[in-house]
Amino acid sequence: MSELLDFPSQKRSHREHSDKDSRAHHEPRPAGGTDNRRKVSREIKVVRRVLDANDEMARRNRKLFADSGIFVLNMMSSPGSGKTTTLEKTLVRILPEIQSAVIVGDICTTHDADRLAKSGAPVVQVNTDVFGGDCHLSAGMIEKAVAGVQLESVDLLIVENIGNLVCPAEFDIGEDARVVVLSVTEGEDKPVKYPLMFRECDAALLNKIDLLPHLDYDRQAAVNFIHQVHPGMPVFEISAKTEEGFDAWLDWLTTAIRRKRND
Amino acid sequence: MHEMGIAMQIAEIAAASIPEELQHSRVERVNLKVGKLSAVVTDSLRFCFEVVTRDTPLEGAELAVEEIPVSARCKDCRLEWTIEEPVFSCSRCNSGAVELLSGRELDIESIEIVEEDN
Repeated sequence: MSELLDFPSQKRSHREHSDKDSRAHHEPRPAGGTDNRRKVSREIKVVRRVLDANDEMARRNRKLFADSGIFVLNMMSSPGSGKTTTLEKTLVRILPEIQSAVIVGDICTTHDADRLAKSGAPVVQVNTDVFGGDCHLSAGMIEKAVAGVQLESVDLLIVENIGNLVCPAEFDIGEDARVVVLSVTEGEDKPVKYPLMFRECDAALLNKIDLLPHLDYDRQAAVNFIHQVHPGMPVFEISAKTEEGFDAWLDWLTTAIRRKRND
Repeated sequence: MHEMGIAMQIAEIAAASIPEELQHSRVERVNLKVGKLSAVVTDSLRFCFEVVTRDTPLEGAELAVEEIPVSARCKDCRLEWTIEEPVFSCSRCNSGAVELLSGRELDIESIEIVEEDN
């Protein structure tokens, strides 16, 4: 365990030290001795992004979506912030004008998919435990899931990512827009605790505002924290329960879909 | 939380980078650049790397991580600075039009291989 806690720079300088020591011992030996082999360390340049393979698949997905004229929305949040309820209500409001399909990621269970299927939209469930209990959806998983969707009859594909504010932000899946859902039952300072997520998203939904009368929640502080990490990001204060604030959110969504269609 | 998957990707790229003529040599170190804004815990990553490289040519290789600070440039006043805390507006003119120059890295820079000369 103690090895894990070492800083890399310390480990490195230890290693370099011992290398020098061993050379100092070996080099003075006369040629033809019992051990005249020398260890030479050779550095081979690699310079590659670790997520190259994912990024390449995301590019393929993006091309497929563009060719099919589909707008893809990646929805992310922590567990329990109300992604599924927000989507249920969103689907009811936009169907059938905007033909939609949903890919739902969960580590296990099909509960969310079952709820969303009631809207009538085709729903594909991705359980990541099949892939090793992953904490995010990768471009490769989307590529597989999309095979189960009839793309020609779809305008909007919504990907409900796995509830997690850390990992999904790192993985491009080929989407057009990213939305993060934050609820007023979480801390106001979530955006500064998970800056990558809030940097990477194009809009934020501040959900469960129907609960505000019962909470000591400072909504302005939450919005300020969002803008501290991502200045100018659109924030929609909504209640997925009462549908308060949905008009502005749906207006943003439909405008984004239309803009892509006209491009 | 996704460090295992990332460690597997690192091992795969590193193994594929070993030149043909050095296939039987020992990889001593894998040099990685990790931006401070990337969602990776380096201690977990090292632990996972050690696990996934067992019984492979990378077994025992050190994963040397260089942390890259988050740096930004203001699109309005062109100021460049290092972001030390999660405030992403210009420290001079307060503009929110900020371009990140570094901090998102998750790159394998190089591998170091020990050759034994006769």
